[in-house]
Amino acid sequence: MKDRIKEIIESADVALFMKGTPQFVMCGNSQRALDALRRAGAPVTAVDILPDPQIRQELSALSGWPTIPQVFVRGELIGGADIVEELEQNGELERTLREKLGDERTAEERVVAVA
Amino acid sequence: MDAATRVESLLAEAFAGDEVSVVDRTGGGDHFQVTVVSPRFEGLSLVEQHRLVYDALAEPLADGTIHELRISTKGAM
Repeated sequence: MKDRIKEIIESADVALFMKGTPQFVMCGNSQRALDALRRAGAPVTAVDILPDPQIRQELSALSGWPTIPQVFVRGELIGGADIVEELEQNGELERTLREKLGDERTAEERVVAVA
Repeated sequence: MDAATRVESLLAEAFAGDEVSVVDRTGGGDHFQVTVVSPRFEGLSLVEQHRLVYDALAEPLADGTIHELRISTKGAM
């Protein structure tokens, strides 16, 4: 499972580990992170951590970040809901996305499973 | 000691002399908004700043005292 989580973090342009899915969000903070990413036009790859408690354990062990949601851009931890919201509000999130992903990015959302 | 007091005293200990505030967002004693203003944050990324707060609150995060945590950090001169 650890390898699968790593693979998602490293391969997705923007990975959002959240409670629930973009279609059915199960937590206010996951919603805040998702909303901020959407406003910035991020191509979100969402991973629901709820199906198996081990997902969250392995993820936090990998990232050193204790809470959910967690947002990664091209393998780098950007932060949780508070940071992503703050970066979106001051325009830095969009700048980071442009720098790392280029102007050609499409704001498509997809959901992938870990287990 | 209630949870909010515990969270506040852990932060006051970790960020001695800095401005620390804790708000129990729901009144239920497990959803907190914490704000820390500290010169230690100067030059650090937001991820690094929040990590320092998480480190200070590792115990109540691990034992389930904190169900939800919102963090606001600011550098101070």
